[in-house]
Amino acid sequence: MPILECGTEVSAVTRGWFTRARDGDPLKGERRKSAGTRAAFTTFVENRPAVVGVVVVVFAVLFCFVGPLIYHTNQVATNLTDALAAPSGSHLLGTDSSGYDELGRLMLGGQSAMEVGVAAALLAGILGTAWGTTAGYLGGFVDDVMMRLVDALMAIPALIILLIVASVTTPSIPLLIIAIGSISWLNTARLVRSETLTLRTLEYVEASRVVGSRTRRVVMSHIVPNVMGTVVVQITFSVADSILLLAGLSYLGLGPPPPATNWGGMLSQGLNYAYDGYWWLVYPAGIAIVLVVVSFNVIGDSLRDVVEVRFQKK
Amino acid sequence: MVIVVTLIVFLILHLLPGGPARALLGPRASAAQVHAFIVANGYNRPVFVQYWHYLVRITQGNLGFSYHYNETVIALLKQNLPKSAILVGIAIALALCIALPLGLLQAQHRNRVGDHVVTTAALTGYSMPTFWLGLILIQVFAISLRFFPPEAPQGVTVGAILSQPKALILPVATLTIVTTALFSRFMRSSAIEALVQDYVRTARAEGVSPRRILWEHVFRNSVLPIITLVGINIPGIIGGALLVEVVFNFPGMGLLFWNAVTVHDYPVIMGFTLVIGVATVLGNLLADILYAVADPRVRY
Repeated sequence: MPILECGTEVSAVTRGWFTRARDGDPLKGERRKSAGTRAAFTTFVENRPAVVGVVVVVFAVLFCFVGPLIYHTNQVATNLTDALAAPSGSHLLGTDSSGYDELGRLMLGGQSAMEVGVAAALLAGILGTAWGTTAGYLGGFVDDVMMRLVDALMAIPALIILLIVASVTTPSIPLLIIAIGSISWLNTARLVRSETLTLRTLEYVEASRVVGSRTRRVVMSHIVPNVMGTVVVQITFSVADSILLLAGLSYLGLGPPPPATNWGGMLSQGLNYAYDGYWWLVYPAGIAIVLVVVSFNVIGDSLRDVVEVRFQKK
Repeated sequence: MVIVVTLIVFLILHLLPGGPARALLGPRASAAQVHAFIVANGYNRPVFVQYWHYLVRITQGNLGFSYHYNETVIALLKQNLPKSAILVGIAIALALCIALPLGLLQAQHRNRVGDHVVTTAALTGYSMPTFWLGLILIQVFAISLRFFPPEAPQGVTVGAILSQPKALILPVATLTIVTTALFSRFMRSSAIEALVQDYVRTARAEGVSPRRILWEHVFRNSVLPIITLVGINIPGIIGGALLVEVVFNFPGMGLLFWNAVTVHDYPVIMGFTLVIGVATVLGNLLADILYAVADPRVRY
């Protein structure tokens, strides 16, 4: 058998538990795959809060992205004659100090909160995986330097770095995604690194190295697929953290400038009026943040259980 | 590590566009004035040369001069650091006093109603924007019920802050709630792990009372990982403290930093970051020492 093919076979067999069985019986492999997926799915579904979390997230996504198509509001032009109106038939959640419809604003604000949350978390996941696998696989001096840098970055509160970045630039959605993503990968990098340290000593990784696979190939086809579980869990938690960070930043006046808005920005604006009894400016956005963040956290928790079950099975 | 921390912040500050000159001199300053400011403060030199000079100054105890406050950074830190330390210190101490027994009891009664209620509450507290929690507390306890003043104690010295304990309650409570949510979660999982250990079974077999097993065997062993976790989470707690200080107008480091950020006061930003870096390193060191004290098996 040519060396290349041998390497391919090793990679196919060892991609984890979703791959076909080694003895070449495709049906057996299929059975194993479906059983494994079902087990993972069952573990996830057994965790009822996580299921509720998924429902809440799906609802929030529909609310923010499909809602504006059904509930039309003007979120561009201000309407000062209608400012600070209490909830009524024409404005279901009242209006804010600029006369924007609060329910429509909640949808718009949710869009940017979730866009930033998800995009920053994905970016953090990619960065953390790349950093962690590189440090863990190469080891030695490179590992030392890379991980000391992670330690140092971890010593500075994320909010502080974000404040510094936001103060010297004009915050925009893409910039915030990059900024939040570039400081949220540290935990992922640590976890991925420690898993890589275990993975790289396993036989199939050594086998791949022996048959002459390049470092990049070994990492991409043997290490990365096997740390994906941990990374997905971390990404879920990162979405929650990023939404909170964005809210904190917006409260401190360094979020995306108007007319753009997000839930944190709405809160900080509404808080100026909180003491005057305008509850609709303070509670809906806050509750929306809490619901979505709690949901991502419980989903993350449950996914972690799934991943841990997977590890035990291995 | 502290050096790496300062280097990172230094690079962020100096490589990103926008500088202190425009921020301080205002948009009407002429190009010549801006240039003179830049030269006078050495901002035209290469970044690493500037950083080297900064490091040399630090070793001489000179953290720079605040443009905005017209005071040395050291003086500002001396004035504000103890006040923030009080806020964070009390909050962490209270959070530990609440979270450790709470997590232990949750572990003992895990998956029962009480555990679910506390877990839900902790998760909600953990997922809540800190500033929003602070404002809800102000709304309820300061505006509706009028129990406490809505603002943190004001004053230059630590004594002045401590002399108004009533005003200190809401800021401390906000930070305590957020921190408790975090710690009780750690403690619950740590205690659950300790409960299934062999020494617990042995103690049970020997007829030790359940209460004694819980508080002597399980508690002490499950606190060990918490010590490290508290050390690791110090930066996060400081971040939360910053928000609390802004919400309650608490005259500490966080408020100082926030004001410095809005006016591009670089020396104060750098000084604050340095202090946080040192605090984190010291926090981790303290955690290591405490770990050795709590666990006689650990020897350094």
